[in-house]
Amino acid sequence: MNSTSWKEPSIAAIVAILAASVPLVFDAYWLSVSVTAMMYIALSTSWALFSGPTHYISLATGAFFGIGGYLVGTGMSDYNLSFWLMAAIAPIVATILAALIGLATLRLSGVYFVIFTLGLAEMIRNLVSWIQNNFLGSRGLYVLTDFTESHIYWMLLIIACCVYLLGWLVNRSRLGFALRIIGNDESVAKHVGINTAMSKVILFMTTGFFAALVGAVIAPRYTYIEPNQVFSPELSFLVVIMALLGGAGRLWGPLVGVIPFTLIWEFVSIQAPNSTTLFLGLVFLLIVYVLPHGFVGRIDQINKKLKERSH
Amino acid sequence: MKRRSTLKLAVGAALAAGLAFGTAALGGETIKIGAVAPKSGPLAGGSTVTHWPTIQLWVSEVNGRGGLNIDGTQKMIELIEYDDKTNPGEHIKAVQRLITQDKVDMLLPPYGTGFHIAAAPIYAKNGFPLVSVTAISDQVDSLTTKFPTMFFTLGTTSAFVGGVIEILNDMKAAGTIGNRVAMVNVADAFGIEMADAARPMLENAGYEVVYDKSYPLGTPDLSPVMKGAKASNPDAFLAWSYPPDTFGLTKAAITENLDVKVFYTAVATSFPAYGGAFGQAANGVIGAGGTNPDDPKIAAYRKAHMDVTGQPADYWASANTYVALQILEQAMEGVGTIDRPAITQYIKDNTFDTIMGEISFDKQNSAKFWSVGQWQDGVFRGVKGSNVDGAVDVQVKSGWK
Amino acid sequence: MDILVSGLLLAGTYALVAMGLNLQYGVARIMNLANGELLVLGALASFWLFVSAEMSPLLTIFLVAPVAFAGNWLIYRFLLLPLVKRAKSQGHLEVDAILATFGMSFIMVGLMLSIHGEYFTYEFLTQPITILGSIVALNRFIAFLIAVAIGAGLYLWLNHTRPGAAMRAVAVSPEAAGLVGIDVARMSAFAFATGGAVTAVGGALISTFITLDASIGVLFTMKALIIVIMGGVGDIRGAILAAIILGIVETAVATLIDPGLTLTAAYLIFLLILLFRPQGLFGRRAT
Repeated sequence: MNSTSWKEPSIAAIVAILAASVPLVFDAYWLSVSVTAMMYIALSTSWALFSGPTHYISLATGAFFGIGGYLVGTGMSDYNLSFWLMAAIAPIVATILAALIGLATLRLSGVYFVIFTLGLAEMIRNLVSWIQNNFLGSRGLYVLTDFTESHIYWMLLIIACCVYLLGWLVNRSRLGFALRIIGNDESVAKHVGINTAMSKVILFMTTGFFAALVGAVIAPRYTYIEPNQVFSPELSFLVVIMALLGGAGRLWGPLVGVIPFTLIWEFVSIQAPNSTTLFLGLVFLLIVYVLPHGFVGRIDQINKKLKERSH
Repeated sequence: MKRRSTLKLAVGAALAAGLAFGTAALGGETIKIGAVAPKSGPLAGGSTVTHWPTIQLWVSEVNGRGGLNIDGTQKMIELIEYDDKTNPGEHIKAVQRLITQDKVDMLLPPYGTGFHIAAAPIYAKNGFPLVSVTAISDQVDSLTTKFPTMFFTLGTTSAFVGGVIEILNDMKAAGTIGNRVAMVNVADAFGIEMADAARPMLENAGYEVVYDKSYPLGTPDLSPVMKGAKASNPDAFLAWSYPPDTFGLTKAAITENLDVKVFYTAVATSFPAYGGAFGQAANGVIGAGGTNPDDPKIAAYRKAHMDVTGQPADYWASANTYVALQILEQAMEGVGTIDRPAITQYIKDNTFDTIMGEISFDKQNSAKFWSVGQWQDGVFRGVKGSNVDGAVDVQVKSGWK
Repeated sequence: MDILVSGLLLAGTYALVAMGLNLQYGVARIMNLANGELLVLGALASFWLFVSAEMSPLLTIFLVAPVAFAGNWLIYRFLLLPLVKRAKSQGHLEVDAILATFGMSFIMVGLMLSIHGEYFTYEFLTQPITILGSIVALNRFIAFLIAVAIGAGLYLWLNHTRPGAAMRAVAVSPEAAGLVGIDVARMSAFAFATGGAVTAVGGALISTFITLDASIGVLFTMKALIIVIMGGVGDIRGAILAAIILGIVETAVATLIDPGLTLTAAYLIFLLILLFRPQGLFGRRAT
């Protein structure tokens, strides 16, 4: 072990400790902004675990997230089960589903994979609504708990740390090596004897696991669950957008995408409450044209310049 | 170059306009009031009809007469509004911002059942009264117990179904219809809850539900649904529908010439745009909610709405939204200070004189509301309700001409 | 028979939704996430002119088409071409296009909200007509006829004219097309603009029977993406066949099984087709 390999995780540990103190330091507003940011950090980072190295863009995040939120809602509201039980079941269900999707999509590549995951998420959304309508019935899915925003924030932070830790371990493992080769050239990977199918499916399952866990933990925040709301395709798109803005190639890429994105989003929402959407769009275009390689690209560029100067 | 500078100018002007909204320099003492509701996203199509225009009217009326009387002085309202983009996470952030950063003195209600319930814990924790309007639930008791500052004004799921069944019963007793009912619903929270409540209630009242299907949110073609309903040969057609499909089902019924004596669609039937689009064909359609446009107070409100906002008031939730604002206004002036726990208690203990008459709360729930209305000669009139005056007789739907 | 007739009419609607994106993505290689918003913009124009000037949507489309063509040509020329030029690979361009058009979709939604935030409701030719013994709405039938005309026109143009052949060459391989002297940038701009015009016209027609609002575009973008991918990128026949399959499946399921399962069934068919033909119905196998 050389010293640089420990630099990243030690920085991450310090960041995590600082992040844990957010609810103690900030007021309720900044805490609520942090909850949203932490939700996207966990989702985008776990998304990038799979999509970063393999370049397979998945739009199924909303489906896994929805499974988490919906199972907590229906379990607590219709069957009087505890939050913890449902929060434990939901990620398992999502992982099994992700395994099935992973196996089914092995032959797909590029844009066909992207849209397959989108279609799948939409199918699940409609199927769940139909099942609830015809078999479960409902007088509303209420998730009434005594959690405060701080509790939800800390739970999300723990999830985000787990995702990060897992990503770090994977990067150093044979699996991470295999994934990077798949991302560069899948046929080469096969030739050197890597079980590409296995590697992809395992990583996709972890993505599903974490997205469902985040969905389950966020459900008490929404309190009232509408199937069409938690299975939101918009969430899938936003997770991708944030990860791409940051740069999906690095483990900390999504993090540096989510934070500025959330702050800009807040700034625009406050400054232009009557035309938020319009100005968000303008800001987006600006970012695309000014930062061609995402925030990570810009940071790398600055790093390189600093190094050149020090030589 | 010129193109670029005009663009910059436009962006600058729009930004400035946005800023001016947030920090209106009004001079003198002001009272800060916050509002969060959709200005974009799926629910914006409804909130721009009933919610935002009524808030705009109320603020302009209160400020027009010199503001609210608080602490013995007249205070102008400074309204701070945010867009929740029809997303509960965004809603929570915006409400927290109003409380902790903008330090508002009072909050107006959200828009939509889900948003009320997502925001209720924050209102309760900070002691803000939440006089809800666009929230319909069958869990009023448990919600008001859990959230002691939350008030309901629009009725319950069962009451809405009950109003429709009353109409069916009247017509059945008169021999106008038999007992065949076709029922469809949108497969989303509201539609599922309504249909779930309606099934046992229809059965207990002796009706045969000859067609009972759901359709997904965003169905592009509702004609198979309408063909199916028509083939079941019903006497009455009930749809627990959302705005886009309320219009879509009506169009399909016109095309199929669905011959029923009772045609009911739920949300948005009371929108002026419904009558505007369908004209004479809308005659006899019944729908959720209602109002009494002949009541002088309601008529004055509707006229002011048109004059101030330039658009007509809806025939249901618009008036209820105004009533909620009147209750907050009278409670604040009644207490005389911005003592929110006292204001909440005041709402629990007092009767309010509103455009819908006197309103009081029993266990934080007001039992005065319209449940069913009907389009009659270009006006949507309340036909069934709870403790409301001026309900007109239901007319039998006769064709789509 | 009801199923066949209603299904084909719905297929016409889907073809209107997807043909434009097929050109934009298939030829110009822009994964346009603002496609649905463009459709809604066409619908808004149609609604607004009908309500304020009592202009028939059937006339509005002749206004919408050239405006949308010009607007999309400008967007491609000034906003997207720089991205195409700086992209090192197709993957890189895809990411940039997703981000840029996502921004554009927000801008378009914002503009539409400021014009008309409520539902675009109006009634136009809702009256029934009888086709092969089954009752359909006249407005759907007219939209279907126009969809057929556009689809046939595009097919003939792509397959039986020189510019059409050049267009197909660009769709197959921009590099190779450039080598044989085709102005790829110009062709791509033309394809993008034509696609935009088709989509906007589709929106104007669809608004006569589906009630839209400023925020609903994303639903149409998703539907269009699904149809284009199901048919296979870059082949107009694929998009049309996919539209027909979806239209008939949805109508059959709604009539024979349960209207609640229509969209579920449609997506299931899409997934199954991709499982058995990973490159879509008419797609070329990626090398």
